[in-house]
Amino acid sequence: MATKETMTINMGPQHPSTHGVLQLILELDGETVVKATPHIGFLHRGVEKLAENRSYHKALPLTDRLDYLAPMSNNLGYVLAVEKLLGITHEIPQRAKVVRVMMAELTRIKSHLVWLATHALDIGAMTVFIYCFRERELIMDMYEKLSGARMTSNYFRVGGLSEDLPEGFEQDVKNFIDAMPGHLKTYEGLLTGNAIWQKRTQGVGYISAEDAIDIGLTGPALRASGVDWDLRRDNPYTGYEEYDFEVVTRERGDTFDRYTARLDEMRESCKIIQQCLDRLEDGPILADNPGVCLPPKEKVLNSIEGLIHQFKLVTDGFKPEPGEIYQGIEAPKGELGYYMISDGSANPYRMKVRPPSFVNLQALPQMVEGSLLADVIATIGTLDIVLGEIDR
Amino acid sequence: MSQAVVAKLKQEFSAAVVNTVEHRGEMTVTVNKNDIVAVCTFLRDSAGYNFLCDLCGVDYLGSEPRFMVVYNLYNIETKERLRIKAAVGEDDCCIDTVSGVWSTANWPERECWDMFGIAFNGHPDLRRILMPADWEGYPLRKDYPLQGPDRELYQGRLS
Amino acid sequence: MPEMLSLSNDPILFIAVMLAKILAVFVVLLLIVAYATYAERKIIGHMQTRLGPTMTGPLGLLQPIADGLKLFFKEDIIPAQASKVAFILAPMMILVPAFITVAVVPFGGDVVIGGYTVPLQIADLDVGILFILAMEGLGVYGIVLAGWASNNKYSLLGGIRSAAQVISYELAAGLSIVAVFMLAETLSLRGIVEAQSGSMFNWFVFSQPLAFCVFFITSVAEINRVPFDLPEAETELVSGFCTEYSSMKYALFFMAEYANMVVVAAVISTLFLGGPAGPFPGVINLLLKIFFFMFVLIWMRATFPRVRYDQLMFMGWKVFLPLALLNIVITGAVIVL
Repeated sequence: MATKETMTINMGPQHPSTHGVLQLILELDGETVVKATPHIGFLHRGVEKLAENRSYHKALPLTDRLDYLAPMSNNLGYVLAVEKLLGITHEIPQRAKVVRVMMAELTRIKSHLVWLATHALDIGAMTVFIYCFRERELIMDMYEKLSGARMTSNYFRVGGLSEDLPEGFEQDVKNFIDAMPGHLKTYEGLLTGNAIWQKRTQGVGYISAEDAIDIGLTGPALRASGVDWDLRRDNPYTGYEEYDFEVVTRERGDTFDRYTARLDEMRESCKIIQQCLDRLEDGPILADNPGVCLPPKEKVLNSIEGLIHQFKLVTDGFKPEPGEIYQGIEAPKGELGYYMISDGSANPYRMKVRPPSFVNLQALPQMVEGSLLADVIATIGTLDIVLGEIDR
Repeated sequence: MSQAVVAKLKQEFSAAVVNTVEHRGEMTVTVNKNDIVAVCTFLRDSAGYNFLCDLCGVDYLGSEPRFMVVYNLYNIETKERLRIKAAVGEDDCCIDTVSGVWSTANWPERECWDMFGIAFNGHPDLRRILMPADWEGYPLRKDYPLQGPDRELYQGRLS
Repeated sequence: MPEMLSLSNDPILFIAVMLAKILAVFVVLLLIVAYATYAERKIIGHMQTRLGPTMTGPLGLLQPIADGLKLFFKEDIIPAQASKVAFILAPMMILVPAFITVAVVPFGGDVVIGGYTVPLQIADLDVGILFILAMEGLGVYGIVLAGWASNNKYSLLGGIRSAAQVISYELAAGLSIVAVFMLAETLSLRGIVEAQSGSMFNWFVFSQPLAFCVFFITSVAEINRVPFDLPEAETELVSGFCTEYSSMKYALFFMAEYANMVVVAAVISTLFLGGPAGPFPGVINLLLKIFFFMFVLIWMRATFPRVRYDQLMFMGWKVFLPLALLNIVITGAVIVL
């Protein structure tokens, strides 16, 4: 064995398990990964550049195309950032806050369901895939009822919500969260105790707490390494401080722990949604701030004042005072941050998105180097990446 | 609390801190770009800002120096945020890398190079990350046209 | 019992009967293969709260024919860089051994035709079981050749995985059934079936449960079915050795996989479940047993994740091989005592 020859293989951008258009250049020694180099950018749409050329309201629909598996979380981060920039965070009515939390948690379940489905499919358990998509479909239906769109919901508005909950929506949510723990049991029955599943996930893609912080992992991936950090609890936003929930942490920091952590997170989300339903009271859904919030549609259609109001806001937009803010929220995949700069005009001067997947994907090479090709698949799955927000 | 850190920082690096601004309860400290690695190392080791949330560039076209590199830091112990900024001029468009301080800075610095053309001295792997490797120009600069180079501006509605 | 029909005592009748038997077995096998794909889609569909095929014909029953036609009319692509002869040869090298193996499986007792005894088995080889093992081992050449000839790194990895997997599991599979020969004192499948005749409790599954389990699992590994479908592993190797195949050549791989399922089910039924023995006429008993095992294989596909390459090797060499050896020792000791 004088020389060791390695084989370079090109995984992606067209590969069933790279979760989109991720390209990995893998150097293999047999089946052992010597070096992994991710290449991204195949889905780059210039969201940040586009946002600089639109008014604040009009940049909102760009955001739910980032992490298209959790659109409402992206919307939430953006509207919170703009509200902070405007200084109207305290003006958001209670009902809007509760609905925001409820939808953000439903979105978390929705995103985690897709993660579990694809992760299990990558490892070869295809039945879980179908089961998860069955439940996700229910959330999609709720999205459709609420906003008219199944994926790009664009439901939140700066100052509140675009419209009130439709009739029977609360019952739908109630039915869903009542059934969800049973479904989670089914998934666990198929995977957790399965010896093959355990062997494929335990000890795979290990990352220590120090390394995880250093490389910038956030979300369930960080918590599974034992770092007790959840922005919902530590830097509460949109009223999360009023809810009672556990922050799920694990110790070992491997794929199996990340799997159980995310499953428990879905249970916690169900708890939060139940509390939201209990707190849901009638009331306004938009802040009483005519300089920022669009008037209700019937006013626009029936009165000249309403029409002028709408026209002014849509054409001119609102102008936050100059300054810069950073708003981070706990998106399903980790910390989603919006860094926004206002120069006093109607367009954001700079909108920088801190996508959780972008930073989490950075950890992939150090997590897979030295392991087998099959572990690369498992590790990509466990990082829960979405190329829409990585490439932006 | 972050005021205390800023005070400590001012004391430690009196020459480096250019100014501090507070807006909506968030502290922003502008530092001299030559001291960025020292400041970041100090903040990580002595002030507990062990987590770099985000790193990005901003183009203030028309002002001098033209660019700002922005570091959004987070302290996992005290759950506090702090923002460090460093101005980078157009002529000497480079700044030292902080990827030695936080490994997570690697890709965001590449992105900053890709989008603004700000070079990071000592970066282990400074390549374009989102744009194709042979792309010309830096798309997020304010003088870069929205529709891309050598193309007509979109004539339809933009909303 | 009349004299056994052979080439020497009535050549014309012998050849006619032989052709009839081959044709019958071949047609039945093809039918099972075709409808195994349908059954797989239906069963897994229902397990996954789906319906499976419903649109082609009543209950989607014409789906295998539609699939076949579709594959038949697709463009046949041979990659420019591929090694052409090997590329074309590979699918046949997989399919032919799969079909040949059925020749030694007895599918019934003896019948009397034209005053001669005719065994319901195409060829009663004295070394029948060795023939089966040999043919199963031959199948792997097709996979390796396909992986190599495609000139695709994923295919090559699939081929390498397959070679390693089949070699390691063939050992364990072969050793596990040695205990069966020790009890039956023959290598002929007919002999083994006869040794299990009489009561149902003479079936070797009761006297050799360990050998049964080891042989079943190793056989699943040998035919690359879930959870041992590493050479294909579409989420890792993008279908592995058959990535570059299209049209009819791909269909041959597909058929070989299902034919192998039938063969394994038939061999297990013969070795451990008394072959054609049972309450119904012989062939039906055997078919029922085959269907049962195929159902189990499909069921496993819907349930299990895929094992990893190193874990597969570990299981083959450090679990199944010692178990099979241990079983031989125990069986030997019991026979001697």
